[in-house]
Amino acid sequence: MDPECSRLLPALCAVLADPRQPVADDTCLEKLLDWFTAVTEAGSSLLLLQENPCLVELLFHVLKSQDLSSRILSFSLRLAGIFAAQEDCFQYLQGELLPMLFGEVGPLGGAAWTAPAVRSGWIQGLRTLAQHPSALHFLAACGAVDTIFSLQGDPSLFVASAAGQLLVHILDLVMRGPAEGRRSPQACDWPACAQKIVGHIEDSLCSTDIPQVTQALSVLTTAFGHCHGLWTQGLWVRLSPLVARLLEKDPVPASHSLVDLLLSVARSAPSSDRDLWETLAQTLSHLSPTQAGPLALGILKLQDCFIHRLPKDRRDSWSSPAQSRAGFILRTCSAAFCHLPSGLTLWILGHPVPQVLRTQAFGILLQPLACVLEAAAQAPGPPGLLEGAAADSMMVDTLLSSKSACVGLLCCALAHLGLLQPLPQRPSPWPQAPLLGAAVTILRLCSGSAAPTSDVGGRLCAILVGCGRVQRAALDFLGALSQGTGPQELVTQVFSVLLEYLVSPESSSMVLKKAFQATLRWLLSSPKTPGCCDLDPHTQLFLRELLPVLQKRLCSPCWEVRDSVLEFLTQMTRHCGGQAGFRQALLASEVPELTKQLLRDPESYVRASAVTATGQLSSWGLCATPAIPECPGAQQESLLVELLHILSTDSEGFPRRAVMQVFTEWLRDGHADVAEDAERFVAGVLQAASRDLDWEVRAQGLELALVFLEQLLGQRGSHCPYAVALPETAPPGVLDQALQVLCRVQLFEFAFRALFDCDRPVAQKSCDLLLFLRAKAAPCGSSQEAGDSPNVASVEATLQRWQAGEQGQPLGYLEPGAVVALLRSIDLEGLRDTLAESSDHVEKSPQSLLQDMLAAVGVLGENEADCY
Amino acid sequence: MKLYCLSGHPTLPCNVLKFKSTTIMLDCGLDMNSTLNFLPLPLVQSPRLSNLPGWSLKDGNAFLDKELKECSGHVFVDSVPEFCLPETELIDLSTVDVILISNYHCMMALPYITEHTGFTGTVYATEPSVQIGRLLMEELVNFIERVPKAQSASLWKNKDIQRLLPSPLKDAVEVSTWRRCYTMQEVNSALSKIQLVGYSQKIELFGAVQVTPLSSGYALGSSNWIIQSHYEKVSYVSGSSLLTTHPQPMDQASLKNSDVLILTGLTQIPTANPDSMVGEFCSNLALTVRNGGNVLVPCYPSGVIYDLLECLYQYIDSAGLSSIPFYFISPVANSSLEFSQIFAEWLCHNKQTKVYLPEPPFPHAELIQTNKLKHYPSIHGDFSNDFRQPCVVFTGHPSLRFGDVVHFMELWGKSSLNTVIFTEPDFSYLEALAPYQPLAMKCIYCPIDTRLNFIQVSKLLKEVQPLHVVCPEQYTQPPPAQSHRIDLMIDCQPPAMSYRRAEVLALPFKRRYEKIEIMPELADSLVPMEIKPGVSLATVSAVLHTKDNKHILQPPPRPAQPTGGKKRKRASDDIPDCKVLKPLLSGSIPVEQFVQTLEKHGFSDIKVEDTAKGHIVLLQEAETLIQIEEDSTHIICDNDEMLRVRLRDLVLKFLQKF
Repeated sequence: MDPECSRLLPALCAVLADPRQPVADDTCLEKLLDWFTAVTEAGSSLLLLQENPCLVELLFHVLKSQDLSSRILSFSLRLAGIFAAQEDCFQYLQGELLPMLFGEVGPLGGAAWTAPAVRSGWIQGLRTLAQHPSALHFLAACGAVDTIFSLQGDPSLFVASAAGQLLVHILDLVMRGPAEGRRSPQACDWPACAQKIVGHIEDSLCSTDIPQVTQALSVLTTAFGHCHGLWTQGLWVRLSPLVARLLEKDPVPASHSLVDLLLSVARSAPSSDRDLWETLAQTLSHLSPTQAGPLALGILKLQDCFIHRLPKDRRDSWSSPAQSRAGFILRTCSAAFCHLPSGLTLWILGHPVPQVLRTQAFGILLQPLACVLEAAAQAPGPPGLLEGAAADSMMVDTLLSSKSACVGLLCCALAHLGLLQPLPQRPSPWPQAPLLGAAVTILRLCSGSAAPTSDVGGRLCAILVGCGRVQRAALDFLGALSQGTGPQELVTQVFSVLLEYLVSPESSSMVLKKAFQATLRWLLSSPKTPGCCDLDPHTQLFLRELLPVLQKRLCSPCWEVRDSVLEFLTQMTRHCGGQAGFRQALLASEVPELTKQLLRDPESYVRASAVTATGQLSSWGLCATPAIPECPGAQQESLLVELLHILSTDSEGFPRRAVMQVFTEWLRDGHADVAEDAERFVAGVLQAASRDLDWEVRAQGLELALVFLEQLLGQRGSHCPYAVALPETAPPGVLDQALQVLCRVQLFEFAFRALFDCDRPVAQKSCDLLLFLRAKAAPCGSSQEAGDSPNVASVEATLQRWQAGEQGQPLGYLEPGAVVALLRSIDLEGLRDTLAESSDHVEKSPQSLLQDMLAAVGVLGENEADCY
Repeated sequence: MKLYCLSGHPTLPCNVLKFKSTTIMLDCGLDMNSTLNFLPLPLVQSPRLSNLPGWSLKDGNAFLDKELKECSGHVFVDSVPEFCLPETELIDLSTVDVILISNYHCMMALPYITEHTGFTGTVYATEPSVQIGRLLMEELVNFIERVPKAQSASLWKNKDIQRLLPSPLKDAVEVSTWRRCYTMQEVNSALSKIQLVGYSQKIELFGAVQVTPLSSGYALGSSNWIIQSHYEKVSYVSGSSLLTTHPQPMDQASLKNSDVLILTGLTQIPTANPDSMVGEFCSNLALTVRNGGNVLVPCYPSGVIYDLLECLYQYIDSAGLSSIPFYFISPVANSSLEFSQIFAEWLCHNKQTKVYLPEPPFPHAELIQTNKLKHYPSIHGDFSNDFRQPCVVFTGHPSLRFGDVVHFMELWGKSSLNTVIFTEPDFSYLEALAPYQPLAMKCIYCPIDTRLNFIQVSKLLKEVQPLHVVCPEQYTQPPPAQSHRIDLMIDCQPPAMSYRRAEVLALPFKRRYEKIEIMPELADSLVPMEIKPGVSLATVSAVLHTKDNKHILQPPPRPAQPTGGKKRKRASDDIPDCKVLKPLLSGSIPVEQFVQTLEKHGFSDIKVEDTAKGHIVLLQEAETLIQIEEDSTHIICDNDEMLRVRLRDLVLKFLQKF
């Protein structure tokens, strides 16, 4: 702890101990605790307390004082926990203070205990404190475990949850010692404290009180999720019969928690466990369709694919005990595994989930869709869909029981299958065609265009028609299915139902947005004609039908709809702008013209999207047809002028940002109109951007400036952020010319102004840009002379004023030589380092925190004096 | 209680309710779909229409070619359009006491009823209904009278001939009863019979029933009606809306606890959400105008047009359509726009508050002020000077058979740049367009019907819980074209009773009580006796006096003093004979105790048998049988009067007398 903080600490402790001086807010106390945690992690707690006796005094004072706020009491409990986490300090405090704080004589028995903050502080204090064997003895001695049991049912959810976590922590602490090095210790060997906790969990699992069962299941879920000692296997062996017994009850109590537990166990089980798979299978069959869905998804998501990467000879040499912890680590890092180079050898644990169980789980997810497909089938007969997932009567009953049940079940099934679809471990073979059929059928039922003949189908239709939630879920799912293929007939149906939704006036703006997203995904995934890069005939036909819809939707009175169309158009153009079929269809329509008209839309989001869309269209030469045939550039130029006008005058930030992005893209891609006179273009844009009040516009201006610089001086080199290569210097001739150009477009005025911008990202970007320029300008020799010129001195003076916040004065015209001199004279590296610090790095220091807290109280004191 | 159903049209109802000696007509809507069978009446000579070929039978017989013309495969009657009236034969309409009007669309047949059936009663309606109804009638008469047609076709109506005609003429029902439009004189006469009412006003009908209009939320002044007596309540729900548009919101609470709820006037397009349709309307309008085309909106001069103008008011600036002129052409356009601004008390809360600012409640006032909306009585006169294109024209009639709309259809129909947007749901747009085929202009169908849909009805019925629901048969089954849509029908318990045209329904409840007042002096003389806790009875001897459907019990006149019998009594002095009444009995006979009593009194050999209604006590020795039932006791013995009296007295011991 630095001396200044040590000096302030006694005053702060006095303030905290004084009930007449309430601390302004909880965040200060939290920051203080964070600071103490950092200090104790860095050094000895015991030393800290000895050097700062005011801390112990504070804790004693808190115990004696009757009228302290619950916040300070809670803070003190947590603070004591932080100190006592180190065993020597624990011994130091154990004699008197800790029993008084955490034992029955402390707040536990007093009136303060009614405040949830105090109960929470007590738990957190113990949680931090319980790090060593001595703490365990203390817990046993002060009877804390029984109190924790009772706090599991606390009315405050935070307290109840923390109590459960504390139990797991204690259990883990107790078990880690004896279990280490031994495999799956038998329950009879377990220490008394562990026996007590496990006994309590057993009692709770047998209880008829559902909240108690839920508490026990949550504790176990946390245990299997966070503890990775071998003892967890023993725990499961001991408790699994009780868990299985829950399944015998109807309805199954605390089903959500049960699902969480089973998945947690399945994820942590280090080796195949036939009993576990059986329990999972039983659970799947006992739970209602709605409850079973998350479990089924969880089972199917369980990773077992890495086993295939192991060389066969290595599989035989696994040694189970050593694998347990590593197995967990590998599992939790599974996402990273997907990207591992194929040559890397992994040794792995665990066995695949039995195929039977996976089939059962997949069947559960498919059942609602199977039911829908069967109900909507036009002709009776074997539908041949979703094999193994024939609709059963229970599912039909659930679907038809109420609108909310039906909607909930279908949405969950669609969402679960949508999540499963892109995963490598998804079931194989994946029933792409029936799933497509189901998604299309659901969408048709929702729109009322399906005409089911069966009674169930009719009732489903009545429930689903117009249901936006199911429509959105089904459209998302349909979009996800675009990654796979399907028979042409079904794909035609997909496009037809998508078109139906895009056309229908009854589609809400959200549904429409989803329909556009799904359409885009399908259009982009549609196969290209062999030997030709153009769209296939079906897609072209679809596009011809789609464009009139886009035209109408662009005129919608609902801005969200106009916005969705523009986004869709932008994406379509970005991906298909070069394809003849798309170009022809688009140019034959009024879409480009209508898009351009939306640049004047009253809604700023729409204007922004219109800017992006017209920018994209223009990049591909798809903007509105030139008004004067003899002068093909006229229209384009007018677009440039119009966008510049938006940049200079639009009252909202979004359209201006969009213009800057379009301009940057145009400059980067060498857009014809920009390339014609890039210098004039850049000068105009930078001038407009420099005046902008929106920092993102200014930052984007720097991006544009950088693109321009790169075009003049060459690339910055590798774009990899970890690459250390320095930019190459430019040949002197090129550099001189470039600097002349940059001075003419007033890029330096813009960049230097940005360097002292009050928004840090702008300043950082500018700093990077100038550093890049300085590196490029390294060989320039005329710097020394220019550096001494009066011009440079006056510019430096101006820059200093700018830095001080007086940015009124312009920089004036800069000579290239003066620029180079300036670049060398300014400490850009230093500036970059300063900017790299977070903006509140000064305020975040502990010293500042202590001062603030004292100052706040001081202000309160003054007010108090005024009152008298 | 009976309901005579004179119209089968679910949104243009005309029913007669007989309830407690009153005969009440509920609405008198006029079905104008019949006009779709006629050729349009062009304001300006149309060579296309006048050169249509006459229609001839398959065998070449052309005797109908003057009456029937063929256009693009459809056959039309070349005559003044005629309307299908409500049934006039089902019930003698001269016996109708009152007519209750729900909204201005449901009173268009009024002149036919009040002027040609001997009707002598009163019509009740709210002021906006009457004023706007008058405008609609005036416009209708004007549209038809200003294009006089010499020819009147009647030959085709002959049943034998009609059978030979193609559809839909062949299937047209009751063509013989179709009538030409009424005259302005008849309109004025009919409207003079209307008495104005306000919401929640209670109107006594002959002391027998009370009728009350309630806000229905559908149109300016639109009402639902409560028809109630002391112990019965019938609710009549006609066109109602729960959407927030310009009228006052619907009063649902007052519909609670009805014995019968007659439900008519639901949305005609249950699959089209009005908000979506307005969006569709605006999109298509903007798209057409931006491409340089004109937009034609066939509409009524009042109603949804106010909401459309309000939406456009908000939309046109944002859509960059500020420079596009909007024309509203109707003989009553000016009155309609002005009337809407003065019925503040009938408007929704938001619009009412504007009046106090003071601001016009509808923004179309501003559109008129800024010259964005211009209105004209017809295409002749000022309009032809101001007319510029592209533009948007709102004009009638939505059937496209008469009115200025016919001219615009002829004028703009040939260009695909133009669009006709149908917003009124009353007519099939395809049938309306049939005589204009082939048509190049775009047609958009965005029916805006704000009336209740089936989901809203279902919620309403759950809320108000009527004992019985009566509705047109169309509402009890899914629409024929969408037979799987079971959500598009009324679903209630017990199932709704349905009616169709020319049907008489006996409504499923019996009147069980009647309120009778007791004069105070008579009440004073009563001595109630408590027969069981909380229930007291008293016998009353009185004279029931009934006048104007009010019943009063008065004290009986004192028996006339014997005056020697010399004076002749006048007929009016006749008083009812007041016999000395035997005391009334109450209570029940406990069989076991009764048997014990019998045994105490020397009867032996007693047998008791249980029967369906009670018990039979057999005194075998005395050859006597005592039948004890819930409401009677019989002693059957063989001419032994002494025994009967003895047994009777034993029975009476168990009963109370008063």
